[in-house]
Amino acid sequence: MPFTSWRFATFFLLLSPCVWLVYGFFSNNLGANPVETLTHQTGKWAFICLLLSLAITPARQLTGVKKLMLLRRMVGLYAFFYATLHFLVYWVFDQSLSVAYLWEDISDRPYITLGFLGWLFLLPLAITSTQNWRKRLGKRWLTLHKLAYAVGLLALFHYIWLIRADYREVVPYALALCALLGYRLFRWLKTPQRAA
Amino acid sequence: MARNPHIIQLPRWAIPENQVTDERLFLNRRKFLTQSTLVATAAYLPMLASAKVGDLADRLSGATKTVSHNEKLTRFEDVSGYNNFYELGTDKGDPAANAEALRTDPWSISVEGECQNPGKLTFEDLIAGQTMEERIYKLRCVEAWSMIIPWSGFPLASLLKKFQPTSDAKYVSFETLYDKSRPLPGQRRNVIDWPYREGLRMDEAMHPLTFVAVGLYGKPIPNQNGAPLRLVVPWKYGFKSIKSIVKIKFTRDQPQTSWNMLAPQEYGFYSNVNPEVDHPRWSQKRERRIGELFRVRTEMLNGYAPEVAELYKGMDLQKYF
Repeated sequence: MPFTSWRFATFFLLLSPCVWLVYGFFSNNLGANPVETLTHQTGKWAFICLLLSLAITPARQLTGVKKLMLLRRMVGLYAFFYATLHFLVYWVFDQSLSVAYLWEDISDRPYITLGFLGWLFLLPLAITSTQNWRKRLGKRWLTLHKLAYAVGLLALFHYIWLIRADYREVVPYALALCALLGYRLFRWLKTPQRAA
Repeated sequence: MARNPHIIQLPRWAIPENQVTDERLFLNRRKFLTQSTLVATAAYLPMLASAKVGDLADRLSGATKTVSHNEKLTRFEDVSGYNNFYELGTDKGDPAANAEALRTDPWSISVEGECQNPGKLTFEDLIAGQTMEERIYKLRCVEAWSMIIPWSGFPLASLLKKFQPTSDAKYVSFETLYDKSRPLPGQRRNVIDWPYREGLRMDEAMHPLTFVAVGLYGKPIPNQNGAPLRLVVPWKYGFKSIKSIVKIKFTRDQPQTSWNMLAPQEYGFYSNVNPEVDHPRWSQKRERRIGELFRVRTEMLNGYAPEVAELYKGMDLQKYF
């Protein structure tokens, strides 16, 4: 399969949860509390896309398939797309699009604060995702896009903090994030020029 | 204007259903009940084997209807399909999916503590002689969603009086079943310290609004909703309304309650619905009715303040939350 086909496949694969949610919403198939389903699912897919985008560099380094890097921007933008949907569902249906309600929740509830910060951090990453911005920022582009690590941690604690009693569901996300950040830490520690 | 002594003043919540429910809604409900018979029959198949439950079903269909809210009822599928009942699993769909794991026949309840008539009695003994009522109550979950539910049963007071609590009984505690040798699907992990426990102050327990539900939508209560009997305390958060009761104990001291034991800074003993006291994760100012997209304002004591505010007179509700 030529590489453009892989890009198409990735595009439609990552779009499918959104299509499924929109269809489910309008066909009344999202359960007793559709807003809760929308919130949980968009949040989950934002996190999954973020983890996938963080997995692409290690995957390239480990397999040597350089073309994998061509998927990274798309996957990263999907993380922003689902995070934005997640935020909008919450703002529209939970906070009735009110800025006052929104601000009150952000300032009163630490898990909301973390989630909102995560979305804010994704914003400059999405804006500077174009080739143009990449050229313009040069080396600083890479530094800026390390914010994705922080977003990963914010997303993880945002998730952990909202669980009532059963922490089992967050374990796969925590393990994946630890593995991805651990891999980077390991490589960084092994890089000799760090000492200079 | 002086009250006419010859007119019995009914409490606000005890209005006949047909006086407050729009006839069209009322007829829709009947239609819905007919249509849902198939679903309901499937859900109750295991129970149909018992003749005694047949009696209960007859008694429930003849229950006196009283109502507390003139709002559209939450759909039966949602009331029975979206539950927090951690014994059957932590996901809201788990209780309905694992409902069969809960065996409700035979069922017995032990009564202990500060009373003159302690002992063990069967579910059938317990409901014998009780006049069945249907009450439409608002159920408010601490997770900021709510439902309008038609429960059938009888006031807790008329049950508790039978055991003749002594003057030392200041509180009453309840437990849900926990058989270590045969745990329910959700009890195989220590999500909470089993068995599930709840408790009320005696005056709260004896309040006429405090209800024992044995039915839902005019039928015996489905397992996932706390069969064969559960508590309903409409002015408190849903978790206070303990499901599938196996033990009742009258105590001198404030009993331990499950959510309070797990996170005392988040869940108080009283757990009264109070829009002024937020949970660290859920603002309690507004709530979502299941079946609606946007939120509505939460009322003090879940809208039952005229009836129960008296119970908390002089208490600092920020402290005793």
